[in-house]
Amino acid sequence: MADQKKLAIIATKGTLDWAYPPFILASTAAALGYDVEIFFTFYGLQLLKKKLKLQVTSLGNPGMPMPMPMPVLLQALPGMQAMMTTMMKAKMKSKGVAGLEELRELCQEAEVRFVACQMTVDLFDMNPNDFIEGVEFGGAAMMFEFAGDADMSLFI
Amino acid sequence: MANFDQELDASGLNCPLPILRAKKAISSLSAGQVLRIVATDPGSVKDFEAFCKQTGNELLESGEEGGKFVFSIKKSS
Repeated sequence: MADQKKLAIIATKGTLDWAYPPFILASTAAALGYDVEIFFTFYGLQLLKKKLKLQVTSLGNPGMPMPMPMPVLLQALPGMQAMMTTMMKAKMKSKGVAGLEELRELCQEAEVRFVACQMTVDLFDMNPNDFIEGVEFGGAAMMFEFAGDADMSLFI
Repeated sequence: MANFDQELDASGLNCPLPILRAKKAISSLSAGQVLRIVATDPGSVKDFEAFCKQTGNELLESGEEGGKFVFSIKKSS
């Protein structure tokens, strides 16, 4: 289809909360008929791991809704991040929010293209075997090859 | 508007799952067939409108029934 719309996403964040926007937008755009590519770079590479071990943190994020007010120093105590992650996952489940693995699979089923940034894979000594199947590896030029004629490009 | 060829229960699912499931169900239908969707996500009302506008499928019905949102979508081609 020559008039097919294109969406390019650059995913740079590796936390549980920020893992959602790229996968939600990519899967929805694909359902609407878009040709979609996500370029995963820096911490965004965590979203490609077979086993996702993503966490949330309230540190440096005063916008995060908390069940009760809590001083920042307390939030930094050991175990707090794991606790917040557990609470966030429970909350998402109770509200019927999709699991990340499920959304990621839906993206792949819909032929969303996943590209991992080779430079950051090397920088962090990551093992490509830890990534899910179907990931391509490339650099900034490969990203622009797609984004150059995309209808929208999002940096997340 | 009681006639439909397939029904999808998207109750309890949140954005974007109702749309993704509906898209999957529609692709298994033939042109002219109707999918009925039941959802509880209030955001789905605007979302199915937007989905149909962009995919060219026809939104035959969008309403509420017993506290749930009900949609009928006719596959275009």
